[in-house]
Amino acid sequence: MRTSTEKLINYIMLSFFAILVLAPFLWIATIAFKTQIDIMMMKIIFKPTLFNFDKLFFSKEATFFRDIFNSLFVGIISTLIILVVCSMASFTMIRTKISNWITAVLFLWVIVFHMLPPITFVGSWFQMANSVGLFNSRIALILAHVTVNLPLGLLIISSFMRDVPTEIQEAAYIDGCSNRQVYLKVMLPLLGPGLFATAVIVFLFSWNDFMVAMNLTAKATQTVPVSIATFSQQYEVRYGEMAAGSLVSLVPALILTFFAQKYIVKGLTAGAVK
Amino acid sequence: MNTKDKSWKILSLIPIIAVLVILTLVPLVNIFYNSFFDIRWDDGKYNYTYIGLENYIELPNNKFYLPGLINTIKLSIFAVFFQMLFGFLIALGISKIKRGKGFFISLFLLPILLPPIVIGSIWRLMYGFDFGIFNYLLSFFGVFPLDWLGSSSLAFTSIVIVDIWHWTPFVVLLLLAGLESLPTDVYEAARVDGTSGWNEIIYITIPLMIPTIIVTMVFRFILSFKVFDEIYLLTQGGPGTSTEVISFSIYETFFESDNMGLGSVMSVVSLFVVSLLIIIVLNVIRRVNKYAN
Repeated sequence: MRTSTEKLINYIMLSFFAILVLAPFLWIATIAFKTQIDIMMMKIIFKPTLFNFDKLFFSKEATFFRDIFNSLFVGIISTLIILVVCSMASFTMIRTKISNWITAVLFLWVIVFHMLPPITFVGSWFQMANSVGLFNSRIALILAHVTVNLPLGLLIISSFMRDVPTEIQEAAYIDGCSNRQVYLKVMLPLLGPGLFATAVIVFLFSWNDFMVAMNLTAKATQTVPVSIATFSQQYEVRYGEMAAGSLVSLVPALILTFFAQKYIVKGLTAGAVK
Repeated sequence: MNTKDKSWKILSLIPIIAVLVILTLVPLVNIFYNSFFDIRWDDGKYNYTYIGLENYIELPNNKFYLPGLINTIKLSIFAVFFQMLFGFLIALGISKIKRGKGFFISLFLLPILLPPIVIGSIWRLMYGFDFGIFNYLLSFFGVFPLDWLGSSSLAFTSIVIVDIWHWTPFVVLLLLAGLESLPTDVYEAARVDGTSGWNEIIYITIPLMIPTIIVTMVFRFILSFKVFDEIYLLTQGGPGTSTEVISFSIYETFFESDNMGLGSVMSVVSLFVVSLLIIIVLNVIRRVNKYAN
């Protein structure tokens, strides 16, 4: 970009696309603060009300607090499991002497599974959960989320693992560390940012998941997205609550994007390309 | 390397192998097994009746599956084309600016990081016939309100638009990473020779970016076979089969109609189709990398 006209055109183009991305969110935000009547009258100027949020959280049949708890519980536990499982496996596969074919098979398996539509597995998970009495339990959903997000976790952690200089590891071996000690005392601390990036992304994907959660949970264990979808399923679509619930469900992503944008960009790119 | 070290190595791989075997391999075997049975829920348990290949023979006659497969491919092609086009423009734009880069990146990340069900809700509200924003805006131009999701000629386009909006940011992210790793000396040389901005993009940037573009494109193409949430909330595959996609057909057959046998066949066939595409894609990527080096 050398001339200032080119610069200007560039900023105008980016702003145009930025508005296209932002406008839908602003639109749903206004809906959330409108009464049902104002929504239907298409009022541009309206008196903002918290009525929809009140109904969402405190009406007699409201389940939203429990839904949020379920989402957080499933998200946090499945994220922790993925961090442990993937960081251990990734260290052994990338940083220790191990038959190449084991590494190759595991990576290929994970990458192929990552690309397959998850719905093709959900049916079996449903049957398996049923047969061991885990349907409508958070455990089934946690296991399913661990499986669905495992590829992303492994790919992201591995790409950070490759960036750790080998000299540090070799120095630790010379000091008499075993592989287990190198993993626990050298690699994990050095992987801090990578683990953080992985945790943020994996948690968000668990929080966002609708399809798996819908098929493996019932009313008591449903997560936030499943709850939002029910607002459109009833006889009359409850637009106000749907918008309010949607707005609330954006909070984790907004907070994490704000504080961890760099990590998310690096993590998503690593998880997608490699 | 002592024996304790060896047992640690095995121990560290057990969890991932356990997850992969129990939760991906067993399910694969299970749906394959299911596909030869008629499965009915009776007296609190599933009753399996062996019917051989009947489910497979029935599949082509199924109202939803084949149209869904064709729609999925159509959706992938149209959506990915526009995602690449817009994605390249945006990535190029962001790579050229210095001020506000972080702001634009955060902003363009939002659609990937937010719950797809919310994206479905938003667009459902916007597409609304009576009080959606699109019809409201059209009314200023004296255009009759359009039935964005309810008319079979328009519903598919509406879904494509949502998919473009949802996944263009993903393309931006990957292309931006590619653009930022391009060698700078080529550009400096071109600048010395007095190359103009447009020529720089056409003769330097695009040729250098071709490997990244191809990899991103095929990757997006495969991933778009996963589309489900928006369809569920916006059209449920309708009207008719105009927005039916494979994920939704499988869901409907397996969970809504409780026809697990046929649902499993659909899964098996879908897995076969997507795996075939993956093999092609992995080959393309390998060739592109060879060509790029």
